[in-house]
Amino acid sequence: MGRDLFILREREYEAFLSVLRKLLSDACAKIVFLVDKNGTLLASAGDTAEFDTTSLASLAAGNIAATGGLANLIGEKEFSILFHEGERDHMHISVLADRLILVVIFDRRSSVGLVRLRVRRASEDLARILFSAEEEPEGGGVIEELTDADIESLFK
Amino acid sequence: MSFINYSSREINCKIVYYGPGLCGKTTNLQFIYKRMNPEARGKMISLATETERTLFFDFLPLSLGEVRGFKTRFHLYTVPGQVFYDASRRLILRGVDGVVFCADSQLTRVDANVESMENLRVNLREQGYSPEKVPLVIQYNKRDLTGTASVAELHALLNTRNVPEFEASATTGIGVFETLKAVIKMVLIEMKKGDR
Repeated sequence: MGRDLFILREREYEAFLSVLRKLLSDACAKIVFLVDKNGTLLASAGDTAEFDTTSLASLAAGNIAATGGLANLIGEKEFSILFHEGERDHMHISVLADRLILVVIFDRRSSVGLVRLRVRRASEDLARILFSAEEEPEGGGVIEELTDADIESLFK
Repeated sequence: MSFINYSSREINCKIVYYGPGLCGKTTNLQFIYKRMNPEARGKMISLATETERTLFFDFLPLSLGEVRGFKTRFHLYTVPGQVFYDASRRLILRGVDGVVFCADSQLTRVDANVESMENLRVNLREQGYSPEKVPLVIQYNKRDLTGTASVAELHALLNTRNVPEFEASATTGIGVFETLKAVIKMVLIEMKKGDR
């Protein structure tokens, strides 16, 4: 992976959000969120107020990276699904389209089987949105227009 | 990989603090955490051993205000410096936008600095980056201690790209924000140049 720029536009964001909301309801989950493999939160649905989503996103990506490293050591490309079982809440983490990480947090109102089933369908929809976003030409202006004065203004 | 979210109007960048074990990478982040306005920073996460050696990474998210109506968010990471954690270092470099190389100025750590800088080059290459192009700032830390190598000597050994360099004492905060500011500037300038 080299250096590049990932741009998420309003339209794709709304499309991601709509899939996440459907998944939240279909899987009877508490929270679902979508993260890129570098740990940046793209979108989330559910009661996120009680969670530090920035930290969750970064640690989920770290988790996938670490287990990916383990996978490589035993000759696997990746462990594409991780499941963490807690006393009250559980976490289902999956990689989709090799680029994004889908995290579902759920409790006893749901089950790992139901979550897996619903995640599979949602992952296909999310991947489709991602691919359609990537087909569009990049740009959008904000970066090209940045001036040295803009950058300097951040430190005042 | 920089990430621009047009919906939440955010620009996100990833900065990694690299360097040999015990050079002060975590101390840099701790000082930034202590001094930043709480509204401008998130929670600092340290995945460390019981003896407070970094096991996987430290993470500190910062928000630095707006440019052109976009919030700028920088995710600061440290790598574990100890030689045997190389696999973890490689993972943390994924998607990096800028690197701070934190060197330990003590004479006894000169070789460790050189080895770590070489390791950085190897690992950047392995992640598909050109080590000569990634935004890089070098910090010569622990300048407050006795028995340190001269800056000229460290420069000759480590700063072959002639990138911005700063003397620092991360425990007291000297040079910490100067280093951060320099790397952020380089990242934004590079992002501007590299936009397709």
